[in-house]
Amino acid sequence: MKRFAAFVTKEFYHILRDKRTLVILIGMPTVMIMLFGFAITNELKEARVAFLDHSNDPQTLAIQEKILASPYFSLSGQISSPTGIEDIFRDGQTKLVMVFESDFGQRLEKDGQANIQLIADATDPNTASTVVNYAQAIILDYTRNIIPQQSTPLINVQSQMRYNPELNGVYYFVPGLIAILLMLVSAMMTSISIAREKETGTMEVLLASPMKPAQIILAKVVPYVLLSFLDAVLILTLGKFVFGVPILGSLGLLLGVTLLFILLALSLGILISTVSPNQQTALLLSLMGLMLPTILLSGFIFPIENMPLPLQVISNIIPARWFIIAVKSIMLKGSGFLLLWKEILIMFGFILFFIAVSVRKFKIRLE
Amino acid sequence: MRVILFLIRKEFLQIFRNKSILPLILVMPVIQLFILSYAADFEIRNVRVFWMDDDQSTSSRMLLQKIQASDYFQLVDQSFSPKAADLALEQRKTDLVFHIPQEFEHNLFREGHADIQLTADAIDGTKAGLGTYYANLLIQDFSRDWLAKYGSNIHIQAASMPSIVPTYSFWYNQHLNYKTFMVPGILVMLVTMIGAFISAMNIVREKELGTIEQLNVTPIRKYQFIAGKLIPLWILGLFIFTVGLVVAKLAFHVPIIGSLFLIYGFTAIYLVMILGLGMLISTFTNTQQQAMFISWFFLVIFILMSGLFTPIENMPPWAQNLTLINPIRYFIEVIRLVMLKGAVFQDVSLQFVVIGLYAIIINGLAIWNYRKTV
Repeated sequence: MKRFAAFVTKEFYHILRDKRTLVILIGMPTVMIMLFGFAITNELKEARVAFLDHSNDPQTLAIQEKILASPYFSLSGQISSPTGIEDIFRDGQTKLVMVFESDFGQRLEKDGQANIQLIADATDPNTASTVVNYAQAIILDYTRNIIPQQSTPLINVQSQMRYNPELNGVYYFVPGLIAILLMLVSAMMTSISIAREKETGTMEVLLASPMKPAQIILAKVVPYVLLSFLDAVLILTLGKFVFGVPILGSLGLLLGVTLLFILLALSLGILISTVSPNQQTALLLSLMGLMLPTILLSGFIFPIENMPLPLQVISNIIPARWFIIAVKSIMLKGSGFLLLWKEILIMFGFILFFIAVSVRKFKIRLE
Repeated sequence: MRVILFLIRKEFLQIFRNKSILPLILVMPVIQLFILSYAADFEIRNVRVFWMDDDQSTSSRMLLQKIQASDYFQLVDQSFSPKAADLALEQRKTDLVFHIPQEFEHNLFREGHADIQLTADAIDGTKAGLGTYYANLLIQDFSRDWLAKYGSNIHIQAASMPSIVPTYSFWYNQHLNYKTFMVPGILVMLVTMIGAFISAMNIVREKELGTIEQLNVTPIRKYQFIAGKLIPLWILGLFIFTVGLVVAKLAFHVPIIGSLFLIYGFTAIYLVMILGLGMLISTFTNTQQQAMFISWFFLVIFILMSGLFTPIENMPPWAQNLTLINPIRYFIEVIRLVMLKGAVFQDVSLQFVVIGLYAIIINGLAIWNYRKTV
């Protein structure tokens, strides 16, 4: 035990000596949650709109004013001819051009119908459809106002946004962020640190010591467990106190699941390090095989239901997927163990599998 | 010049000799491009609906048929019990609960209006927002149908009132294909990540293994050493970019409207910049672990703030200003403008100037900071 403690101390020295990495280990969760909380959003704000007005009468001016008064749009410019549309789209700043037909007001009063053409820059399809939807809603609103006798709608829809009434994006990102950082710190850092001992030849020295191989590996991962856990707690604290992300379920269960995922990531890191001969391979393997799939296929940013079937199937073997489901349910829905036993069991299964494979692959002797 | 050629040869030998790195560099980007392009999809389809109908009338069934016929919705379950609906929400079996109260049809005929309650699982805010928006459209549609069928029985006049008819058209991407938008951006991300990582790791590796000392005692000059490191990686980067471009064109049918020459010109300068960035990181760090970690940290922030996944215009002003110093932002702008809109050099000259300046400054710093002593 004393020997083991000495080994753990040695690993701690390795980590603590490297101030740059340490600063990033603490700084990264903070910066990421701030970015996701404040800057990264799909909500439309101040999309730039240009007008091509062939009539310039009170009605079209009123609609323009109404559009610009909304928080979603800001003025890009007035165009005088259809050829100008292409030019104004060119630099990518303008998202929407509204074309009013000539004699707009007259037609509206005489024929009871007038036309507006909405031309959207659809290089970004989602922004384009949102912009068109909002513009249509504002136009509809304008029509309602000029017709006072408009009756109440036939069906009154009451919507309730369960679990996240303000549709706050940060609620959605916090669990995913924890998963990514744990993967980074636990899996990637461990795999590289073990591969490093191999590459620089110090592994040989360690293996020749009276320590058992399992103890050597175990001593390597202990400091990373602590660091990862610290990071997870940091994100939860920031999420709760800066962004008000609730923790409805039991804190104990939440931390337990987090610890389980840390162990999972560590066993994955060990597996990677046993199959890669040097740091570069370990790095590329964890980057391409771990980080990107975790970011993309776990449901962190992109909903799994939107993916084509083969990817949905693949997402089942992404460990972070199960962790993210569990954390979301505990934090935002207050679910208990009974609803989550399946996810927890799957994570256990992953750990056993990774450890079993690593033990088989681990070579005590160097070639 | 001869010295540089020898160094380049050495680097290529080292890259091709390493059997585990080569497939990762060449095959992974293609696989990633495929997976990413299919996964990075924000379109909302198949909103899973739970149907709770306390009315069980002809009208409510008419609405149910509309939901079943719609492409946006997928009926997963129905029940009378509010408990079952809550459980389905909690277990993520459904995204949206439609609750039709009792007397729904009765109220429609009697009062001329009725209520429907929608409950959405709003953990994913975007999906919940769009889901309820689609539901509202569907209900409006239903109202129109209902009025057409039974409108004569009640005292609502569906008289023709003045109306404004908005028609819309989507330029540059008529079918709103999300992949057309994402694939060029993802290509930028892959080139950036591979470029920065490989160059950062490459030099630090020599440091860590001690072989850099051997290089330092040779009469090779600083600039020769750096050119010898950068040129092979630059060729590799252009090669990866080409592979990605071919995949984008053949597999995803992403249009390349603008000039290919312009795209390659920009990529060439950009690669010099990003490889220089990797090198700059390597001069500051001592181990590969450090180098990898620091580059990862900056790249993730750069990628998130580049407008790749979420539009820059949606960010608050301070964050928008911050993105002005983000080199990836400019590449993504250029590749989208040129490939999808056919922008010409005048449209993207600003981006060229910025990236050119970046390349000079970063590489200058890297050369200045590289010490031939240990």
